[in-house]
Amino acid sequence: MMTSVPLDPHDDLARGGALTGGLDLGAKPSWRTTKNALMIAVMAAAVALVAIPLVAVLWSVLAKGAGIAFHAFPDFFTSTIPVISRKAGPGVGPAIVGTALVTGGATLIAVPVGVLGAVYLHEYGGTTTFARLVRFMATVMTGVPSIVMGLFVYLIWTMSFGYSAFGGALALACLMLPVVIGSTEQMLRLVPAPLREAAYALGATRSRTILTIVLPAALPGIISGVLLAIARAAGETAPLMFAVGAATAYNPDLFHEANTALSLQIFGNATSAFPAAQDRAWGAALALVLITFIVTLIARVFTSRLALKR
Amino acid sequence: MQLSELHGHKQYADRAFRGIALGAAGLVLLILGLIAVKMTQRAWPAFGVPFLSSTRWSAPEGVFGALPFLWGTLYTAVIALVLAVPVSLGVALFITQVAPPWLKKPMVYLLDLLAVVPSVVFGLWGVLVLSRHFGLGRSFLTAGVILAVMIIPIITSLAREVIETTPVSDKEAALALGATRWEMICAAVLPHSKGGIVGAVMLGLGRAMGETIAAALVIGSALGQITPNPFASGNSMPAVIANEWGEADEPHKAALIALAVTLFVITIAVNLIATAIVQRSMKRSHGT
Repeated sequence: MMTSVPLDPHDDLARGGALTGGLDLGAKPSWRTTKNALMIAVMAAAVALVAIPLVAVLWSVLAKGAGIAFHAFPDFFTSTIPVISRKAGPGVGPAIVGTALVTGGATLIAVPVGVLGAVYLHEYGGTTTFARLVRFMATVMTGVPSIVMGLFVYLIWTMSFGYSAFGGALALACLMLPVVIGSTEQMLRLVPAPLREAAYALGATRSRTILTIVLPAALPGIISGVLLAIARAAGETAPLMFAVGAATAYNPDLFHEANTALSLQIFGNATSAFPAAQDRAWGAALALVLITFIVTLIARVFTSRLALKR
Repeated sequence: MQLSELHGHKQYADRAFRGIALGAAGLVLLILGLIAVKMTQRAWPAFGVPFLSSTRWSAPEGVFGALPFLWGTLYTAVIALVLAVPVSLGVALFITQVAPPWLKKPMVYLLDLLAVVPSVVFGLWGVLVLSRHFGLGRSFLTAGVILAVMIIPIITSLAREVIETTPVSDKEAALALGATRWEMICAAVLPHSKGGIVGAVMLGLGRAMGETIAAALVIGSALGQITPNPFASGNSMPAVIANEWGEADEPHKAALIALAVTLFVITIAVNLIATAIVQRSMKRSHGT
């Protein structure tokens, strides 16, 4: 078998010919190796295929958004939104403030609850039925459509208290909660048991051990997970539609009066027939993509600094 | 005596902390329960026999038949899966089995970025670029393509996790028997991760059905279309809610919430099954 195939002089060295004294130990070109090469090419093509929409979307956002966003530089990011949407001109300032309020509020609600929930699941619950149920349902909860969360918050909050950024924050917090629980529990799992045992041996109570030893050890990982959850939440539209309203002026009040957000501005202007509104949609898209990418990047930095590795 | 007092105090704080943490964990169950109860309550008047079987939806007449939207939701999700699953599997296998180590990281970054692009930006691109310049129009197919792009990172990352639990010994055994890399994948990797991959695909299905904004922008918002023609305009349940809520009055609002309840039930069912499958396959592979 080895001698029947003529050796290819160009390939000899590559196949280890130099080491084996001319014996060809590599796979012969056959249907099997061809198929192998073919399938690997198909897989590589899949990777290229995934890059296409990402590049296309980012290119469109950059090409169409940069014009309006950086035309008169800070204007687009600071001016108020034109009340008549067909009017040309800058302005998504209030939407940026709104996005920050809504996302910030959601973070303040979801992170403490989520981290504590994860602490319960990992440090106390373990494999009890309750903990397993909560873990399971948290995973299921990540799949609840965001628009359902939006309507839910409309029913329990907006119907009684009216439009406000806080309603949006509640909806986003519901979306972030299971994500934060999941990522935090994963990080707690990485904290070595001897660390906890050392604290117990020194007489620390369980809660003190968790608060002063376990959580600080897992902190970079927890922050990274939280930041990824924030990046996702900042781009959400559907949960905000029923709770936030449609303001065109700045509203820095979290709890009162209608507000707006970048994603809502994009959604509202995307189907507009007026070029000026479409331009603003692209500009807002650029701002939103920048925000989510920057937050994701910071999350990556935290991940790479992780002291605890799997 | 002082020591024991201190001890008692500490124990109290310890218990309180435990209780707070327990409450935080229980909140997940509470929220899910509240969603189910509150929304069903509110939507109850709209749930008649014809709600899920009738094809006529006319808000001014107070006639609400959701079947076309159910069709649109399922049809676009299936189109998305057909497009996304082969690509996601190819990417997951390439990253885990083929790519050299230096290539892995940039590829994972690529997927992360794709996952973090807001859905409304995909929708904007879909409605102003894809549907206009590629001749797709606003249709089931356009929605399917956009949804596919959005679920590829989800399916890929889950499939990757499952595939990476394939025991090295299985893979090496296949290679030692003279298998090519592709044969090794077929003989060792795929049989091992079959269950988990099915779960990942189902989670992708759940996501595709629940995606609102991108679908609302590109699906075309046509009423009453039940057609297998992918180039036809249609509507999906979340898209209807997003597009009609603004001008909805009373019976109409209840009907829209009924749509949301239907969507909630379907996606929860899909996710329950998917999560169970994924967890079982992960546990099995960690156990051995």
